[in-house]
Amino acid sequence: MIKHQFDVIIVGAGGAGLRAALEIPEGFSCAVISKVFPTRSHTGAAQGGIGAALGNEEEDSWEWHMFDTVKGSDYLGDQDAIEIMCQDAIRAIIELEHMGVPFSRTPDGKIAQRRFGGHTKPENLSDPDSKRIAVRRSCYSADRTGHVMLRTLYENCLKQKVNFFPEFFVTDLIMSGKSCAGVVAIDIATSEVHVFHAKAVMLATGGYGRVYRITSNAHVGTGDGFAFVYNNGLPLEDMEFVQFHPTGLWKLGILISEAARGEGGILLNNKGERFMERYAPTVKDLAPRDMVSRAMLTEIREGRGFKGSDGTFYVQLDVSHLPKEVIDDKIPEITGFARTYLGVEPTKEPIPVQPTCHYAMGGIPTTADAEVTRDKKNTKVPGLYAAGEAACVSVHGANRLGTNSLLDLIVFGRRGGKAIAKFIKDTEFAPLPDDAAEKTISVADRIMNSRGKEKVGALRTELQEKMMDKVGIFRNEKDLKEMTSEIKSLRERYKEVAIDDKGKIFNTDLIEAIELGNLLDTAEPIIHGALTRRESRGAHSREDFPKRDDKNWLKHTLIYKSERNRAPKVDFKPVSITRFQPKERKY
Amino acid sequence: MKVTLRIQRYNPERDSEPYFQEFELEAGDDKERILDLLHQAKWKYDGTLTFRRSCAHGVCGSDAVKINGRNRLACSTLLKDVNYSKPIVLEPIPSLPIIKDLVVDMTDFYKKYEAVKPYLITKTSPPEHERLQQNEDAERLFESAKCILCACCTTSCPSSWSDPNYIGPAALVKAYRFVFDTRDEGADERLDIIDTPDGIWRCHTIFNCVEACPKEINVTWHISQLKKRLAEREM
Repeated sequence: MIKHQFDVIIVGAGGAGLRAALEIPEGFSCAVISKVFPTRSHTGAAQGGIGAALGNEEEDSWEWHMFDTVKGSDYLGDQDAIEIMCQDAIRAIIELEHMGVPFSRTPDGKIAQRRFGGHTKPENLSDPDSKRIAVRRSCYSADRTGHVMLRTLYENCLKQKVNFFPEFFVTDLIMSGKSCAGVVAIDIATSEVHVFHAKAVMLATGGYGRVYRITSNAHVGTGDGFAFVYNNGLPLEDMEFVQFHPTGLWKLGILISEAARGEGGILLNNKGERFMERYAPTVKDLAPRDMVSRAMLTEIREGRGFKGSDGTFYVQLDVSHLPKEVIDDKIPEITGFARTYLGVEPTKEPIPVQPTCHYAMGGIPTTADAEVTRDKKNTKVPGLYAAGEAACVSVHGANRLGTNSLLDLIVFGRRGGKAIAKFIKDTEFAPLPDDAAEKTISVADRIMNSRGKEKVGALRTELQEKMMDKVGIFRNEKDLKEMTSEIKSLRERYKEVAIDDKGKIFNTDLIEAIELGNLLDTAEPIIHGALTRRESRGAHSREDFPKRDDKNWLKHTLIYKSERNRAPKVDFKPVSITRFQPKERKY
Repeated sequence: MKVTLRIQRYNPERDSEPYFQEFELEAGDDKERILDLLHQAKWKYDGTLTFRRSCAHGVCGSDAVKINGRNRLACSTLLKDVNYSKPIVLEPIPSLPIIKDLVVDMTDFYKKYEAVKPYLITKTSPPEHERLQQNEDAERLFESAKCILCACCTTSCPSSWSDPNYIGPAALVKAYRFVFDTRDEGADERLDIIDTPDGIWRCHTIFNCVEACPKEINVTWHISQLKKRLAEREM
């Protein structure tokens, strides 16, 4: 076992982690630990854009952005945090450009912006209550915005000589009393266990898409950060809110950005009808993602979908009517995906699409400075921070608008980095417990020496299929209750998992086995949150409780792991409501 | 339908040298990705089979592999893109040290990328708003900015194979991305770095890089623009 000491440890080298790392001042030691080489992080797959009311193409205001985000969140987002994010957005994007991001440009050389789902302005600019229409708020670079952002942030880290530990797989937090004192990690190249003693740890570990069978997420999306927190007696917030992006490539789940609709693409059912006109008369195909996904599933349920060769159903995304320059310059990557993976020519034919698990609105509860909190009073956990998709500030509430995640990363990554920089100046290292690495070593040993009959791949597929089936877009009590026993049984069977690879060098068999544990740990609060919340709001849709119920449910869920296989403990905390009183969510 | 993968294996803990192992697998149709088949081999038959992957749709650059003699991404190569009537041969990308099976040591590749100072260098302070840039100038960068650091180009380059110090195509594409960024003020520094015998002049316009690039970046063209710029600088 090898020991290190750094003032700051950041777990995850995506947008949030890298942006935080840039805030750690010289004179303090910082290490960014990532289970993949930093540029492989999933931020790089983001396509459509990053939202900010720059007003480069048409008049815009951060207050309209804030309203859209609050309404988009189905009024569950914390408005104080949303206000911070939308106000800071303008500065944050300009800062990105100064760092070198190669944005697409308007004719007068400013950062180009396009329309995106749920982003609106009042039709009559002098009347804020007038009808809302789509506004160009998404700053973009072709359809590779995430890729260029991630590269630019990484390049700035190179410039600042940030210290990286790539291909180190963090397996656990080290808690010292009520504080966080570091992390434990496995060096993937050697299987050696490393203990990182730190004053402050930031979890920027991304999402949990791989809990579901169809997902846009990379294979790294295994919910690691959620599992660490949950297994250390800390709560997870709003886990029931799982975003299914409406347009994943049929069967593969590969993301086809909302930008396709932002540039004018439309969704069609098997009657050739632009069905979103019925579900969201004002913004139509640019309605928030949860509404579009439900609309698509409803069309399919009512017999207006297309049946694929594997028995699953899809609808069509049509961009064939768009000018060639738009397709070539603005959405080249996604048209490439349609061609490569489905053999569909988007300039001539519609693209088969179906909802794909895309984003975790819920996660590790934090303040607006990325400080992790442990209860409904927002008591802080000294030394522990979280930012990005892994965190729940909450700026996305029950549903996230497109372009707000890339924004979330840099706004709260930066705030977290600044908060950490302040914290480490006046703090000593918390004592390192002697048994810090014990759990990791015992889990790894158990898996390596197991003679059990369960295989990682098969068990994981079972989890993914069951979650897709019972905790998907439309949920009900019976399925959710069944799933609570299923997950118990899957976790029991996980203890019998054995792997083929008994070696020490680059043992991805072992890594995937540990990741499966994280997936199972993350699935439990998702299921229990969904079962607990007896209303429909945003992305959480209960067929048995189809209405939004502000009187009883305008609150955040907090879920704590229980000992010895008992049902998790549930608590609630209030939503911050400042400027916008909850109203009916219609588009 | 049945397809066979013939994969180069090597476990330094056990093997004195690499060898080939065949896996007979079941494919749904010819649209399956080579990566899907690798996963099937690993998850169903042999968990020791080791390879890197993440996004599974050609944007992260993790899974560069030599498929039937050509460097490609396992996740964006489908069965219909190869001749699957014979065993499909998978080997690690060439000329980098093999860690295990299809996983290679990318350290040298990353070092060369870092050597060109791949970040915006500015001496004048930025304006309050974004620096203005004409769209044609922004778009000139898009092709080189597309690079996902997969190493297909550099490890398919005979100049790289024969000269371990050659900075390589990927690093040069990165250099282009900044030298030709109208906002950058560090062009001369970077041009000095690549203006060496092991720098840009080792490029003998062989074009393997263009063939190999999964993002369809015209690597050689970008290198030629840098050569032109260097020649202009001389005069």
